[in-house]
Amino acid sequence: MRISRRTLLASAAAAGTLPVAGARAQAQQTIRIGCLTDMSGPYKDLAGPGAIAAVHQAIEESGIAAKGIKVDVVGADHLNKPDIGAGIVRQWFDRDGVDLVVEVANSGVALAVAGVAKEKNKAYINSGAATSDLTSSQCNANTIHWAYDTYMLAKSTGGAMVRSGGDSWYFITADYAFGKALTRDTSDFVTSAGGKVLGNSPYPFPGTTDFSSFLIQAQASGAKVLGLSNAGTDTINTIKQAKEFGIKMRLAGLLLFLTDIHSLGLDVAQGIVLTDSFYWDHNDRTRAFANRIAPKMGGARPTMVQAGVYASTLHYLKGVAEMGVAAAKADGAATIAQLKKMPTQDDCFGAGSIRPDGRKIHPSYLWEVKKPSESKGAWDYYKPLASTPADQAFRPMDQGACPLVKS
Amino acid sequence: MIMIFGIPGPLLFGQLLLGLINGAFYAMLSLGLAVIFGMLNIINFAHGALFMMGAFCSWMLLNYLGIGYFPALILAPLIIGAFGIVLEKTLISRLYKLDHLYGLLLTFGLALVIEGLFRNAYGSSGLPYRIPQVLTGATDLGFMFMPNYRGWVVLCAAVVCFATWAIIEKTSLGATLRAATENAPLVQAFGVNVPRLITLTYGGGIALAAFAGVLAAPIYSVNPNMGTNFINTVFAVVVIGGMGSILGSIVTGFALGVVEGLTKVFYPQASATVVFVVMVIILLTRPRGLFGKAA
Repeated sequence: MRISRRTLLASAAAAGTLPVAGARAQAQQTIRIGCLTDMSGPYKDLAGPGAIAAVHQAIEESGIAAKGIKVDVVGADHLNKPDIGAGIVRQWFDRDGVDLVVEVANSGVALAVAGVAKEKNKAYINSGAATSDLTSSQCNANTIHWAYDTYMLAKSTGGAMVRSGGDSWYFITADYAFGKALTRDTSDFVTSAGGKVLGNSPYPFPGTTDFSSFLIQAQASGAKVLGLSNAGTDTINTIKQAKEFGIKMRLAGLLLFLTDIHSLGLDVAQGIVLTDSFYWDHNDRTRAFANRIAPKMGGARPTMVQAGVYASTLHYLKGVAEMGVAAAKADGAATIAQLKKMPTQDDCFGAGSIRPDGRKIHPSYLWEVKKPSESKGAWDYYKPLASTPADQAFRPMDQGACPLVKS
Repeated sequence: MIMIFGIPGPLLFGQLLLGLINGAFYAMLSLGLAVIFGMLNIINFAHGALFMMGAFCSWMLLNYLGIGYFPALILAPLIIGAFGIVLEKTLISRLYKLDHLYGLLLTFGLALVIEGLFRNAYGSSGLPYRIPQVLTGATDLGFMFMPNYRGWVVLCAAVVCFATWAIIEKTSLGATLRAATENAPLVQAFGVNVPRLITLTYGGGIALAAFAGVLAAPIYSVNPNMGTNFINTVFAVVVIGGMGSILGSIVTGFALGVVEGLTKVFYPQASATVVFVVMVIILLTRPRGLFGKAA
């Protein structure tokens, strides 16, 4: 057969359209999940690559492939900048056919993404951010907040410390929205439980590495408890230096992750009290999960954020199986509504539910960091102190001012 | 109790001392920068990254080879200094004929690459490094508990700063160096190998940064961003002290540490900004810096 230049061009043009048409057809049955996380900054270890591994783990365990539904995953680094995060998510929704965004550590980015998800009517389940505004003034019908929030941390750690005699507090606060919110919420719990707040050192964030000055001021105030309203390497530096300066106060880590303790080492971190809604060595189910995901994480143990990403992805896929791929792809708000109707059940958080304001509820746990002599080895770091039941762990819905909650 | 501006005296003395300790780090880092700028005319933005490498180097020596803190205090500056020499030979030396800005861009890029590589390999939350056994504990000074390790840092910084100043200002090697900065072709005509001298100077400046990194490792979290946090303040120190002035950077380093420490008592929110406020005031009143020579 002779091929003329015209037919060659025509078939080339036709071939050019084929993959596009194919992709469109495929997109009808494929669910695409975008994991927006911190791949290079301070939250890389507690979320980052481990969070993406958690999405894959959830997909493998969901059995969704057996139901004929294909799920693929894209990941991106938001660089802790709200504008960059929102830009990536916009592109994901508009161009790449992403149906669900998960993780998003960093409260600023998290709030920006919630706005985009609402605008584009897609589904968004946050596990990494702390701000409780996601389910109060800033709540929307496309967003679920999964693992923890500032209210949960403040209530559990603040309340428990006061009950055990720590009735006078001094705060070291990262001077921006997150740190201020944490200090404010914790102060409320401390004073309402009959305690006193004796002082607060708001320090410039980011860029502060030496906390000894604030530690000496805290010690001089005579307070019994030192509340650390910061996160990541700032908290690590504060704790290291508190140990160095022989600070005798009890340290309350208001937001500490397993990876922070791993970085500090037990000889420095021992005795610190903190709140997490997930600890890998908590019970048989959490241990089983940690063992299953360990090969994907280079042997490291999952944090509360990574567990939240796993559990929320699993729940989302159950919802998709229930309502069908086409419906899930068409309407993010309807998908989120479907997820809120279904009780949650997973190895990390056990049985739970999602409230109308988008708050996923489960118990929160107060932990104390073990002494080196009590630990059996790497990642064996926490012992349980107390727990708060699911219905009391989070802010009551009527106090959140979320417009979705009808009184 | 004595009260000074409504602050108890002992608390204030404590803060002065802490300021001096932080000033020790500023002095050591800005010293290296001043030496490099004075001799090579390179604004070395990679200084923070190399400081971080010094800390990581001591961690690696301990965890991979079992070499402790005190040998690391010597070895890490040598290793990182050698790395600096490689950088100078292969990259930086190509820019001497160009404008300052090219050196700034190159070293800034190097800093980003180095920090990115370390972040990829070791994560971002940092690695633990213990204070050596003999330097643990604290001494009661009456007005505050002074951790022994911090005292050691100030001592080391003072010795290193004095030694560097003495080498450059008081020895014949230092005289040759200063002469080479003034007029390289003439010094070369006297049979001095000027390019080698410059390479060694860069290596020496980097070794100073690495030394500060080893001292910092037990106090701060050993993490890839640790240099970035310091570098802006340190540049301000160099500018205030007078670009390229050795004595200026030492004195200013310690002095600004104290200013910053006092700000942390009276208005902590401004403690990161106060250094730059001082810089603006100095630049308006003495554009060449406190110790800068007139053109």
